[in-house]
Amino acid sequence: MIIAQQKPIQEIAEMVKDCRKVLVVGCAGCVTVCLSGGEKETEILASELRIMRQLQENPLETVTFVCTRQCDPEYIAMLDNLVEDVDAVISLACGVGVQYIAERYPSKWVLPAQNTNFIGGSIEHGVWEERCGMCGNCILHLTGGICPIIRCSKSILNGPCGGSQYGKCEVSKDTPCAWQLIYDRMQSLGKLDKLLELQPPKDWSTSRDGGPRKAVREDVIIG
Amino acid sequence: MKTESKLESILNKGEFAVTAEIGPPKHSSPEAIKHHAEMMRDYVDATNITDCQTAIVRMSSIAAGLHVMKNGIEPIIQMTCRDRNRIAMQSDLLGAYSLGVRNVLCLSGDHQKFGNHPTAKNVYDIDSMQLINMVRRMRDDKVFLCGEEIKQAEPRFFIGAVANPFADPFEFRVVRLEKKINAGAEFIQTQCIFDMERFERFMEMVRQRGLHERVHILAGVTPLKSWRAAKYMQTSVSGMIVPDEIVERLKKAEDPKKEGIEICIEQIKHIRNIPGVHGVHIMAIAWEEIVPEIVQRAGLYPRPKAE
Ligand code: SF4
Ligand code: SF4
Repeated sequence: MIIAQQKPIQEIAEMVKDCRKVLVVGCAGCVTVCLSGGEKETEILASELRIMRQLQENPLETVTFVCTRQCDPEYIAMLDNLVEDVDAVISLACGVGVQYIAERYPSKWVLPAQNTNFIGGSIEHGVWEERCGMCGNCILHLTGGICPIIRCSKSILNGPCGGSQYGKCEVSKDTPCAWQLIYDRMQSLGKLDKLLELQPPKDWSTSRDGGPRKAVREDVIIG
Repeated sequence: MKTESKLESILNKGEFAVTAEIGPPKHSSPEAIKHHAEMMRDYVDATNITDCQTAIVRMSSIAAGLHVMKNGIEPIIQMTCRDRNRIAMQSDLLGAYSLGVRNVLCLSGDHQKFGNHPTAKNVYDIDSMQLINMVRRMRDDKVFLCGEEIKQAEPRFFIGAVANPFADPFEFRVVRLEKKINAGAEFIQTQCIFDMERFERFMEMVRQRGLHERVHILAGVTPLKSWRAAKYMQTSVSGMIVPDEIVERLKKAEDPKKEGIEICIEQIKHIRNIPGVHGVHIMAIAWEEIVPEIVQRAGLYPRPKAE
């Protein structure tokens, strides 16, 4: 899922300092699961903003709503009536949701309440970790199911580098070295010989580098 | 001889090679580099020019290499994968060769987190292994990385790589060295050695796999100025092992600098007798002027002439 974390409240308050009324929109998708942009967080953000402005004797009116998914135009259509009289819309979705709302309401000021961090999952309650860099050409079958693109700090394909020590990455004693993990796993699978093969330079054209990527499924396109 | 490198010719003759490191300055004056080059000229066979080591902005290794070359020493240009993509790297390789550079050392590079621009975006388009292979193919197959032919004047570098016997997983270090040799590495400079016992175990594994016959290994040494420097390396530099004895020896010493030089000389003399080691690489970090004394006292002076 997509992991996002809320921006500091001061930063959000600064974005809406000239507004009288705002619509705060949560999302029931990934950001609900990672506890940053669901119903509860949406209500809390709205009330925090109201209280701050109350204290400044410059009240702010808020309206809240939670979309089933902000990354789907049909769910955003439900905001049509709500956006009419607000000065701005604050989205608690990932960056996709913010942009979908902005696209639908060209005359509205749409603001992100979240920093969209990465795609990953929780490793313990309250802790999430990145697992995939969305490179567009998965190589997990070569690396024992551990992604070096995103879990190795240098995206090395022929690791581990000389900074790997005691199982940790050179960047931090809290970061496991992805290549130590790959080594251990390949060893337990009896496939260490695979690591002797030179992995060629990666084709990054399927990754972030070529403008917005598109995925097309001809068979499900209607009309 | 695959290249015009003087270092290659010295190593191929079976001489015990001596290389040292010169760190380019954090400004644009070449004076310090010139000075270090003049001082080391007769004492080393080639000098490494670091490439924004520890991710701190410094004069480019190729430009600094040119200053070194003008002052009579053959440079080994370090090239990391951190700051340039495959396009920039190949372009710089062509440029460096056109200027007369004949040796390149390929490495991943320290993560930008350690440097003076921790908010920079890193590149890591290719890794050190792929870089080695790219330099080899540019030379031997006369092709760019994309496969396109280099129609004339292909860059013919003597190809170096690094190995760290002190990183983990230890058993895999020699395997990875072999992978680098297969990719095209012809000489290897190791991480600074303080734990001699571990280095000897590493070399034993190297010999078991016959790698010492396929590559020239130059053992890395670093003279330490104080016990604090030793302690810092022991605790804060990833991929380094500094035994307590060394810290203690420097702590007890009346003149720690002198003791640091002594230790380094002892290490070199010891390393010379380890079968399969073909040279020594002296990394006197911010202490370049001590290199001649170390070379001389370790019995490595005068240096042989290249053919
Ligand atoms: S290899 Fe690519 S697609 Fe597969 S997990 Fe890693 S980043 Fe994601
Ligand atoms: S220490 Fe491991 S995870 Fe960190 S950069 Fe090196 S190989 Fe990658």
